[in-house]
Amino acid sequence: MSYPKNYRYTAEHEWVAAPENGRARIGITDYAQHALGDIVFVELPAAGAHLEAGQPLGTVESVKAVSEVFAPVSGTVTAVNTSLSAHPELINQDPHAGAWMVEVQLDDAAPLDKLMDATRYEAFIAEEQTGKA
Amino acid sequence: MRYLPKSDVIRREMLSTLGLENVDQLFAHIPEYCRLRRPLNLPAGRSEPEILEDFRALAEDNAAGYASFLGAGAYHHFRPVLIEALISRGEWFTAYTPYQPEISQGTLQSIFEFQTMICQLTGMEVANASMYDGSTAMAEAALMARRLTGKSALLAARSTHPQYREVLATYLQHQPGGLREFGYGESGAVDAEQLERELRAGDVAAVLLQSPNFFGTVEDWEAAARLAHAHGALLVAVIAEPVSLGLLPPPAAADIVALEAQGFGIPVGFGGPYAGVLATRQKYVRSLPGRLVGEARDRQGRRGYVLTLATREQHIRREKATSNICTNQALCALMASIFMAVYGREGLRELAKQNLAKADYAARAFAAAGVELLFPAPRFHELVARPRRPLAEIEAELLAARIVPGLPLGPWYGELEGAALICVTETATRDAIDKLAAAYAAGARRPARQAKEVSLHT
Amino acid sequence: MPEITPENTPALAATHIQSDEPLLFEISSPGKRAWQLPPLDVPEADLELLLPAGTRDDIAGFPELSEIELVRHYTRLSTWNYAIDQGLYPLGSCTMKYNSRLNEVVARLEGLAEGHPLQPAAVMQGALRLMRRLEAALAEITGMDAVTLQPAAGAQGELTGILIIRACLAARGNPRAKILIPDSAHGTNPATAAIAGYRVENLRSDARGLVELSSLERLMDESVAALMLTNPNTLGLFEEDIHRIAELVHARGGLLYMDGANMNALVGRARPGDFGVDVMHLNLHKTFSTPHGGGGPGAGPVAVKSFLEPFLPVPRIVEGEAGGLRLETDRPASIGRVRAFFGNFGMFVRALAYILANGSDGLKQTTDDAVLNANYIRQQLEDSYALPYATPSLHECVFSDRLQARQGVHTGDIAKRLMDYGFHPYTVSFPLIVPGALMIEPTESESREELDRFIAAMRAIAREAETAPELVQAAPHRTRISRLDEAAAARQPVLRWQPKAQG
Repeated sequence: MSYPKNYRYTAEHEWVAAPENGRARIGITDYAQHALGDIVFVELPAAGAHLEAGQPLGTVESVKAVSEVFAPVSGTVTAVNTSLSAHPELINQDPHAGAWMVEVQLDDAAPLDKLMDATRYEAFIAEEQTGKA
Repeated sequence: MRYLPKSDVIRREMLSTLGLENVDQLFAHIPEYCRLRRPLNLPAGRSEPEILEDFRALAEDNAAGYASFLGAGAYHHFRPVLIEALISRGEWFTAYTPYQPEISQGTLQSIFEFQTMICQLTGMEVANASMYDGSTAMAEAALMARRLTGKSALLAARSTHPQYREVLATYLQHQPGGLREFGYGESGAVDAEQLERELRAGDVAAVLLQSPNFFGTVEDWEAAARLAHAHGALLVAVIAEPVSLGLLPPPAAADIVALEAQGFGIPVGFGGPYAGVLATRQKYVRSLPGRLVGEARDRQGRRGYVLTLATREQHIRREKATSNICTNQALCALMASIFMAVYGREGLRELAKQNLAKADYAARAFAAAGVELLFPAPRFHELVARPRRPLAEIEAELLAARIVPGLPLGPWYGELEGAALICVTETATRDAIDKLAAAYAAGARRPARQAKEVSLHT
Repeated sequence: MPEITPENTPALAATHIQSDEPLLFEISSPGKRAWQLPPLDVPEADLELLLPAGTRDDIAGFPELSEIELVRHYTRLSTWNYAIDQGLYPLGSCTMKYNSRLNEVVARLEGLAEGHPLQPAAVMQGALRLMRRLEAALAEITGMDAVTLQPAAGAQGELTGILIIRACLAARGNPRAKILIPDSAHGTNPATAAIAGYRVENLRSDARGLVELSSLERLMDESVAALMLTNPNTLGLFEEDIHRIAELVHARGGLLYMDGANMNALVGRARPGDFGVDVMHLNLHKTFSTPHGGGGPGAGPVAVKSFLEPFLPVPRIVEGEAGGLRLETDRPASIGRVRAFFGNFGMFVRALAYILANGSDGLKQTTDDAVLNANYIRQQLEDSYALPYATPSLHECVFSDRLQARQGVHTGDIAKRLMDYGFHPYTVSFPLIVPGALMIEPTESESREELDRFIAAMRAIAREAETAPELVQAAPHRTRISRLDEAAAARQPVLRWQPKAQG
């Protein structure tokens, strides 16, 4: 699966889509869903919650693992993808679009530049994979 | 060394396969100062007849064969012989936790059936595969209620089993919020006014209430739930005697049920092993500690069962787990399952009715003999009596007659010094009850004629 | 009744031999019964009078079955379980050893199985003596000074031990804030520390698979209450620097807790009390052969050095007057009770019978055989599976699936394939510090012949992983059911049976 060129990525394998009117969607990457395996449960914050960059915003669970999802940026949650609670498998099927997790009103768009772009992220995960083998 | 399947010849051959001359070399990497350089100071291995003789002697020194009127969270009921016949199969008792479902369907299905029967009995939607016992189930229920409500204080009825409350206090000692208690009224049931006063602070995560309570008194689940819910607290229903559920209304109004299943065919056995259970509503399942078995399908679409929602547990979530519990009490839960299946839909009610009838007979016998009975509210199979003479005297007399009398309440309830908790299950004979009542009555004034009238309401 | 024809005969036969055994509720039928109560020798209860608030009139869905149907139901279900009685059960860290039948017989003696925990001490001297004897034997085996039998399982033993440490440090003026736990530890360790109000700090393992002394040196400070150490650790390795570890922890005011899950590698060979341990728990269901029962009951006694004895749970069994034993509850420094009554007494009976049957010499031979068996497997499988740590190991050995993973065959697949060869799998993917771990613990209960059969199966699977990886990936093939869809089961959990909706 390809990594959208206009997204930004973190070392913890979250993505942030390009903001529109200061709002951006957040999700986890294809690499992350693959590492976790079949996702069975997602826990997300409520709309209105304020997220701090680097702090956990929720969890995703597979059958035998729990993984925290960290907020890539700071901001206030404006929308939550409620379809994930009934269909967590969407994260396996469509991690970069349909399985967005939350939409946030960014506190500040500037920190986005500090995150990886698609090219750097792909190089980063290639390195992680060689490290493991 | 009859349990070891190797001859010395084979041991030597295996060592030589490993290129070793003696077995000490396998331990050579243990630093010298750590090694034990003498034999353990224990007797040499004994034969079966010697061990049987030893344990028979220990067993005889324990009031074996006595009639017993002790209850208080450990109840004597007849155990259908099917229980031992079935659980003695090695396939049940020498198996491990069913982590590999393809070769553990027996254990998994039996747990699924257990969970189902507990739900049917309690009116809850989810039950776990079992916990250590009722006392720890109650403590885990309290911790669960704190997670669910975000509040930290806990409020326990003083009429809840005193040892359950001690365990709760141990579990809570390093958690914020604290444990408060509320009392019981003249009737033996909860003091609703005091409960409400304590709830008003608004900081209470859960009210913990046992029914039948430690005195045998039947509580009103719905009234307690209304009070708790009105103040944003959950109701934890504690049930130490599951047989009562054959007759008493289920705690369907509660949020969490902490149940001791011992009464369902698990030996009284000096207090364990037993099986606690937590049951709750579906919406709280992710906060529920302990193992859960769920239905699944295999690749050919066949029905099977698996351990599920394991991400709540310690081996995955480590310090963030819902509990540190790692085992359940599978074999004890199996005993309880077989017991429930033997008595079934009608039998459990009939069994509960026999318990009620025996206890009522005892209450009438006590009252007729002029022994003071405390707590007039409806009861199941336990009652509190205060004789006119010291309990120690009664105890000595009854033990000589091979009867274990009731439990002195003074050590746990100062205000009940001199009173005893008496449990009368279906195993008590009329003759033993009469002897018990006579011993408690000695020294009592014969009652006035209306005593029988009074006893009807006690 | 369908008409039996040559065409449908095999199908009908199959439904009986290998059909799904239905749930109790599905074979239940109104009016059937397996119970009969004796006639009541007192008047019937007047329900309206005694329970004026009402009774329940039904337990909807509860089973109604006859005795023979129950016997068949539970017998058929039992045949779907793998058990020690059938063969090697090499679950690493679980110590699946033989459960002697003698233990089952003595535990069922009426005076031990039916006694009440609140009986007057005068009429339970036998039970009290039994517990005292077991406490003394466990103290001798561990080299510790005092033992409580109360904890219901290993994890509760851990909690008891950490609460004791906390009480002791609090009495010294500062309970401290953290517990150090190696990354190879069981998940119960960190979960326990959290309940006792401590934060957890992970301690790295070094290239040997042992505690990294430099990390310990750095992390062990005034905020650390204790180090929780499993020894031998979950890799089956003895912590060779235990002396330095204990010294370091003690010098900085902390205590050393030992998770005794692997004590079966040491009994008669080494005693934790002799190498600096302050508190430890034992798993009677591992080292002392009480049956695992399909997942419990266990029992987790805790042993301490004498300075910690005042903090043990109540009640304590002490000498009374006239040579008898009595229960003491008035112990102000105690952490309190961790469980109602005495603990899992039935397990105490079995554990003591096991100790007596083996005796001093037999217990040591048991340890030696367990270690011999594990080393035999390790040597015989070293060519087929990668061994991540070359350090000498004791009662278990941990391989990784590194070689097989190149073909896409993982530890979970190899485990499933073992079932086709008639064995229960080893422990899969634990300890976490070994990616793709295969953790194998044969115990002393296996003959060389059984070990050789297992080794042959493991070698065959390693060959299959090279030549026919898809065969291993799709295993098991010969079990009653194939791999279950655990993801679907977790997404939409069905945790109880419910009657089909009407209409």
